[in-house]
Amino acid sequence: MLVAGKACLILALGVCVYGIGASLYGARSGRRQWVASGRRAVYALAGVAVVAFVILQAAFLRSDFSFALVTTHSSTTTPAFYRATAVWSSQEGSLLLWLTLLALWSSLILYFTRRRLREIAPYATAVLLGLGAFFAALLVFLESPFDQTIGPVPAEGVGLNPLLRHPSMMIHPPMLYSGYTLFAVPFAFAIGALVARRLNADWIRHTRPFTLTAWFFLGVGIVLGARWSYSELGWGGYWAWDPVENASLMPWLTGTAFLHSAMIQEKRGMLKVWNVSLVLATGVLAILGTFLVRSGILESIHAFGASTLGVPFLVLIASMTAGSIYLVVSRAPQLRSEHRLDSLLSREVVFLLNNLVLVLMCAVIWWGTFFPLISEALTGRRHSFGPSMFDSLTVPIAMALVLLSGIGPLIAWRRATAANLRRNFRWPILVAAAVFVVALLLGAGDQPDALIMFVLAGFVLGAVGQELVRGVRARRVMAREPVPVALVSLVRRNRRRYGGYLVHAGMAVVFVGIAASSSFAHEQDVQLSAGQSASIGGYTVRYAKPTAELVAARNGRLERIDLGADLRVTRGGETTVLHTERSFFPSAAPMLGPVSRFFEGEATSEVALDAGLRRDFWASVAPDTRRLDARVKEGDKVFSEADKAGALGPEDRDRLLAQALQGLTASYASNPPAATFRLLVSPMVTWIWLGALIVFCGGLIALWPSPRAVGRRVTAAYAARVGREARVPV
Amino acid sequence: MDPARKRTVRLVVALCAAVLLAGALMYTSFSASSEARTPSQLLNTAQPGKTYQLTGKVVAGYERKGTVTNFRVRDRAGNVSVPVRYEGVLPDPFRAGREVIVDVRKDGDVFVGEKDSLVTKCPSKFTADET
Amino acid sequence: MDFLVILVVLALVVLFVSAPLRSRRSEEEGESADRGELEAARDAKYREIRDAELDYRTGKLSEADWRGLDRGLRAEAVEILRRLDELPTSGVDGRS
Repeated sequence: MLVAGKACLILALGVCVYGIGASLYGARSGRRQWVASGRRAVYALAGVAVVAFVILQAAFLRSDFSFALVTTHSSTTTPAFYRATAVWSSQEGSLLLWLTLLALWSSLILYFTRRRLREIAPYATAVLLGLGAFFAALLVFLESPFDQTIGPVPAEGVGLNPLLRHPSMMIHPPMLYSGYTLFAVPFAFAIGALVARRLNADWIRHTRPFTLTAWFFLGVGIVLGARWSYSELGWGGYWAWDPVENASLMPWLTGTAFLHSAMIQEKRGMLKVWNVSLVLATGVLAILGTFLVRSGILESIHAFGASTLGVPFLVLIASMTAGSIYLVVSRAPQLRSEHRLDSLLSREVVFLLNNLVLVLMCAVIWWGTFFPLISEALTGRRHSFGPSMFDSLTVPIAMALVLLSGIGPLIAWRRATAANLRRNFRWPILVAAAVFVVALLLGAGDQPDALIMFVLAGFVLGAVGQELVRGVRARRVMAREPVPVALVSLVRRNRRRYGGYLVHAGMAVVFVGIAASSSFAHEQDVQLSAGQSASIGGYTVRYAKPTAELVAARNGRLERIDLGADLRVTRGGETTVLHTERSFFPSAAPMLGPVSRFFEGEATSEVALDAGLRRDFWASVAPDTRRLDARVKEGDKVFSEADKAGALGPEDRDRLLAQALQGLTASYASNPPAATFRLLVSPMVTWIWLGALIVFCGGLIALWPSPRAVGRRVTAAYAARVGREARVPV
Repeated sequence: MDPARKRTVRLVVALCAAVLLAGALMYTSFSASSEARTPSQLLNTAQPGKTYQLTGKVVAGYERKGTVTNFRVRDRAGNVSVPVRYEGVLPDPFRAGREVIVDVRKDGDVFVGEKDSLVTKCPSKFTADET
Repeated sequence: MDFLVILVVLALVVLFVSAPLRSRRSEEEGESADRGELEAARDAKYREIRDAELDYRTGKLSEADWRGLDRGLRAEAVEILRRLDELPTSGVDGRS
């Protein structure tokens, strides 16, 4: 099937190239059959890419080691779920996933717009297929997933990196990639709109579901990555301002800005240049995000990936940027605003400010991320920002953002009635003041940054709460429903508004969690012998006893050695028993001894986490394996001598190995050396995950299609028609 | 003022603000950032008290005493190495031969790593091997 | 075996992609770009009318301000509908 897979990719490349030509020719000449053929090329690309993906997926699932990729990223002992998801743990597999997703979303948008946007769609098709051709070319010429294993087909593969054996880590890439590829859709349509000089809001209306979905998936991917980092890695943090993390955040920020300013263009025909630039920037940033992960040009924990991809990606990004700038500048006349702002006191202005703040945040992050390269270009030496520098730049911007997200819901579109403002702001400000007092009482006074964020979040939650209450009240005036029903129908009839409000509320909760857990955390790295205690943040932590265990894989072979600790954690009279451990996976390197290879491979942490609404207790352990060194060396020696003498059959070998390792673990458990622990008490971390959940619920509500408007009726009375079709909002 | 003039004024003000912000950003960037150095560069030109970002590979044979680890970092493609003293838990992927990034300050003969600044890069091909 | 699969896939793709070029039937009339833009403007205007009413009912607009705004928005909507009806109707129209 290797040949079939390769052929599919070559076919995919051919289909892309054909489709670009057909679409462009059809658009230029007006011959719509060619445009239709170009559209079908996209469908065909999706089909062929799916076939290639299924071939690869099937090879992983049945552990076909004639595929080099399967050999290097999977093994027969890998559980089925991780075998399936190991496809995208590799460079080649993830590029194929990218191509497949791009093709699927492109097919969807082109199907839905097959009778609309007739002047724009062909150019958008060409752009989408252009991106497809780029990735297909990478897959065909540089990073083929269908390379054959060199030499004889091995009986066992290398296995999936144990760091990735976590559900979050396997869902995280598809989520991120869905986000990136979905952003390609509005990007392509923006280019199409510019080329066709059709710059009213039609293209925005049709691509909005894709932009929202992209925003949604990218956001989920980012949160999953943060959660994984916090609960699976041994450092206890959720965000490190690593270049790759930043690369996923930047398009999300510009995408958020676009979702807001697009509404202004739809309503008032303003901000056309801004919108189109935002969308193009988001598309470029999405490709940049993919590139950063895959190229290794910046020092990053994620800097894996061959640098052979660096140059092609750079060329793509440069051409996308140059082309975008050229198009925007040359279409300036068609991008003039149709109207002006009615009043400075309007939601439009708040949206504008919000856009500026979001773009500023993105620009600052971009600057910090690329500063090493920029400084090297300017001064010859690489300089880099630390996380604290990022924090000090982004925290004030985040505060401005939260403030604006509270003001927005309180102001009317077009022109707010100034007299009503005082009444509208009263309750939210009261809530904010109450939060201020409570926070001071709880001791937040010595961290002004956190205090300000709490107060602002209180303001937002007060504003959103007030809007819900007033909306429900208005609905009940019109329809006399009980409160829960009124709430549901209010939200159903005004999904965009209330979904958006919910997102704002969720973001406020997220920022509260971030502020609290950053400013009020207690952290300690401490060495404890068995029986010793340490105290941190009101907790007393006792290293109760060591644990040592051998864990077998499904086929009976030894998968890993777990060395850990049971901890008795006491706070205010209540004791919990928590467990943390380090898992040592064997290395496959041939020159290592059979016993020592267990301590020279990968090690993962199993974190002890007691999460709660008010605070999390977090602990990880680094067992000291040096005392075991002597026994390990001895074990290696025994085995190598037995091997030389040819005395051991494979079954005997396994049995003896198990015995040796059991002796090792028993000695660790009975005579444990002092282990190093990282202890962390972070307040309100759970609020981050809860807030994210609220954000995504809000996003879903906003995404969900509204009940269809009443169909058009042809009557002579326009005004009556407007009255009928505009529908009552409450 | 007629609208066109108003627009120009607004544009100029916006541009000035942008330039000022950019300038402030540039200034703080250069003063608050740390230079990236390889071990050989560090040996030659490190000034005591200044923080540098050291990148290189971990040399085999590091030792841990309690929460303090003493290890050496060598050039990616060479043998020149510098001693680093780091206090705190080591990241999960930390191992001899792995590439690390750590902020260090020269203190006598040793380079002291800043807390929580040690980052170990994930291995290049996500495979469970390679020392 | 592999080659058979490849050949079949290739044939399918070629047939599928070239179908519009080989068909005698003329391409269905789709929506004109003008109609699409006007419909988008109309829907956006309806949304503005509803938003304005909701703004009034949740206390962000005074009644006087709302009535004035509503009147203006409805007038703009009427204008859009008029322009829509002036467009030549096409053969098979897309759904609204």
